[in-house]
Amino acid sequence: MSARKDISPSQRVVVSGMGWVTPLGHDLETVWSALMRGASGMAPITRFDARTFPTSFAAEVKDFDVNPLLKDPSAHATAGINSKFALGAAAQAWRQAELDVKPARNLRRVGMYLGAGEGVIDTPNYLATNLRAWDAARGKTDGVLWAELGHKLMQAAREIEQEPNMPLAHIAREFGARGPAYNCLTACAASTQAIGEASSILRGGEADVMIAGGAHTMIHVLGVTGFNRLTALSTSTGDPCKASRPFDLTRGGFVMGEGAGMVILETLEHARARGAKPLAELIGFGSSADSYRITDIEPTGRGAAAAMLQALSQAGIDPHARGDDGRPMVDYISAHGTGTKENDSIETLAVKRVFGDLAKDIPMSSVKSMLGHLIAAAGAVEFITCVMAIHRGMLPPTINYATPDPECDLDYVANTPRQAKVRTCLSNSFGFGGQNDTVCVTAFTE
Amino acid sequence: MSGFGIGMDPLWKGLCEGASSIRPISTFDPSGFITTVASMITPEQLDIRAIVPKSYRKATKVMARDIEIAVAAAASAVQAAGLTTRATAEGIAPTIAPERVGCHIGAGLIPADSDELAAAMLTCRDAEGGFDPGEWGRTGMNNLTPLWLLKYLPNMLACHVTIIHDCQGPSNTLTCAEASGGLSIGESMRVIRRGDADACLSGGAESKVNYMGLLRQTFANRLAPVPVGADGVAAVRPFDPHAGGTVLGEGGGILITEAFESAIGRGALVLAEVAGFAASQCACIDTVGVDLSGSSDEIAAAIEGALQDAGISATEIDAIVPLGSGIANVDAAEAKALRSCLGDRLAKIPLITLAPQIGICGAGASALAVCVAAQCIREQKLPARLSTTGSIALGVDADARSTGSATLRAVLVTTTGMGGQSAALVLRRVT
Repeated sequence: MSARKDISPSQRVVVSGMGWVTPLGHDLETVWSALMRGASGMAPITRFDARTFPTSFAAEVKDFDVNPLLKDPSAHATAGINSKFALGAAAQAWRQAELDVKPARNLRRVGMYLGAGEGVIDTPNYLATNLRAWDAARGKTDGVLWAELGHKLMQAAREIEQEPNMPLAHIAREFGARGPAYNCLTACAASTQAIGEASSILRGGEADVMIAGGAHTMIHVLGVTGFNRLTALSTSTGDPCKASRPFDLTRGGFVMGEGAGMVILETLEHARARGAKPLAELIGFGSSADSYRITDIEPTGRGAAAAMLQALSQAGIDPHARGDDGRPMVDYISAHGTGTKENDSIETLAVKRVFGDLAKDIPMSSVKSMLGHLIAAAGAVEFITCVMAIHRGMLPPTINYATPDPECDLDYVANTPRQAKVRTCLSNSFGFGGQNDTVCVTAFTE
Repeated sequence: MSGFGIGMDPLWKGLCEGASSIRPISTFDPSGFITTVASMITPEQLDIRAIVPKSYRKATKVMARDIEIAVAAAASAVQAAGLTTRATAEGIAPTIAPERVGCHIGAGLIPADSDELAAAMLTCRDAEGGFDPGEWGRTGMNNLTPLWLLKYLPNMLACHVTIIHDCQGPSNTLTCAEASGGLSIGESMRVIRRGDADACLSGGAESKVNYMGLLRQTFANRLAPVPVGADGVAAVRPFDPHAGGTVLGEGGGILITEAFESAIGRGALVLAEVAGFAASQCACIDTVGVDLSGSSDEIAAAIEGALQDAGISATEIDAIVPLGSGIANVDAAEAKALRSCLGDRLAKIPLITLAPQIGICGAGASALAVCVAAQCIREQKLPARLSTTGSIALGVDADARSTGSATLRAVLVTTTGMGGQSAALVLRRVT
């Protein structure tokens, strides 16, 4: 790895604040200590009556009220749950970065790059409209009746909040960010991609600060329906806390989570100028497309490996090299690790493709075993997990690991957290549709 | 891909002839909505099975309308650029190595097909005729095809395009309403500049001409009232003091954006240079960016940023393709921003307004605007404009006029989406 100090501070991107809203809590310390206990956020679904669904459990965010974190809650009175998660995580990150007391030099150069999902469908009214407008005689929807019911039953604010760029609008309002603003929605890869592209915007000189991350929930009737039909969800009938089993031979699909993760990224130059304390440095980002099939992951792990290699290349890390201590240059990989048969074996293959013989020496765990899969928000939460691991010298475990799978033969930090010297981490996210994104983050040194 | 058909030629012909593709909505009875017209793509214009490679026809079953539009536009762009890809010639080496080709396609929120959803729910009615989630969970959901969700994920536009043309480089899906296409082209520029790709398929596509699309746009006060039988073209009047809303269109634009040396190296015909790009977020008085009154400073910041990125002065801008929706508060903010960047000269710079001819195509709107800007530069010609009178009141040149030749050194494209994201691009003539 090249010496970071030789790189211009305008080209170095540091993390100066982090925040998350997750099924295991709504602040950095609570969630981290839960992860260190190997806790699980899963429970029966409460958002709707899911008792008859093939999957009736998920990892929901519990008892979260965003208002105490906001300057003017009335400006966000119509915010959907997605935007509230986003605001909550962003408020924590903004505060940790001390942007309220050591402000950015120009809000026009504070941008946003989110990987936020769509808002929650107004299920009862939306479905009632569609069902009642059905014209049985003609075997199709009666457009006039649909329009009448739709205007009557659905509400403007609720519908507008479903647009995936609404978290951007709320965050802009709360913090006054007026710089470049993007929302990407590349399924489960979205917020890793957002963090990566945000770093690219900073290096390109388009902004000094970027609020980056993601927010999402698909714990609603049609969300669970969609993933159940794809047979991607665990349909375990036992203890929900045991249902997410990444890398285990008996894994049977992912468990839905929800929430948000947000980070403040800024150029080192800007962080220094305002006296901010860098928490870590983002040194690499890679992005690729499988271009294989809409339903399946490319079976040799080509696309996933390409994203990891690109991130390592940008970071100046030779995946086959060992450091002075004999250890690989990457100390930890936060796996995409969904707990589906296909993802976990192909991700394992891709990591071996990148690191060769060194792969078995790199611990790789999936916090989705505890938090569930936060879909578009997953990557940002996992990125924060990496930064916490660097700071605390602890690796979060993959819980519920019991039966080894011959196709998953790496070190998954099974069941208990592990003390380790953690300097450099990769965080992987792969989305339906074949998007692969990896970011590389390292301990900050001047 | 527009209401004029597939490819640049029919669009350009329609624009220059002063035609409009806005017509009564024919796919369902729209009489219960405030607007009953849209720019529609007909089945004759878009036969998706004929566009994709034979081996890919099965996958067209899981393509929502938005995906079909993106796939068709991409096929047209690849052909126009003279590229060989997996789709155009199986077994022949592609023009550009697949791992060096990226794909950035902006998308909207794609609603489920109402007929499909309702038909699946019929067995799940409670005593009052409402939806019974219990029965849905037990049996009803199985009436939906297993891949149902994949029809509606916004990233499926890029997903299908990357598979069809074998693009293995960085791929992204930006979802910032009307700004999505412009931001996607900006992202392609960034990816190419940082060396992660030699070329990208960039743009956006969307159709809001469906029940939910119309309802949400109605709720956002964006649509011009057009009852059955009224003139839909006359109803959309960008920058007219009496502008009363917009009309939606189905459409999308995909451009091949390419590193200059890659294009020159393969002997490509360069249509225009994407010389500058910048983006910003508006301060929205209503938080959610439906009302963009008072947002002109941020729109101006994006324009200034794009001029600066291009390294040109405002005096070199010879034409502008704004969003030009006909939504009064958005038009006013755009006009004010343009005036602050271009000064009094603005009144003499022709605006190219597309909404009366192809409607506002959501995430495809700004990508189509960039396509048209490039074509204007290539042809050194301005297309006709329709509907508007009295635009000088906003300080702009946007009144109805016929097509005509013009010297176009650089064309500015601006777009601000609902939600307040703004993007500006400068396209420059390459001589």
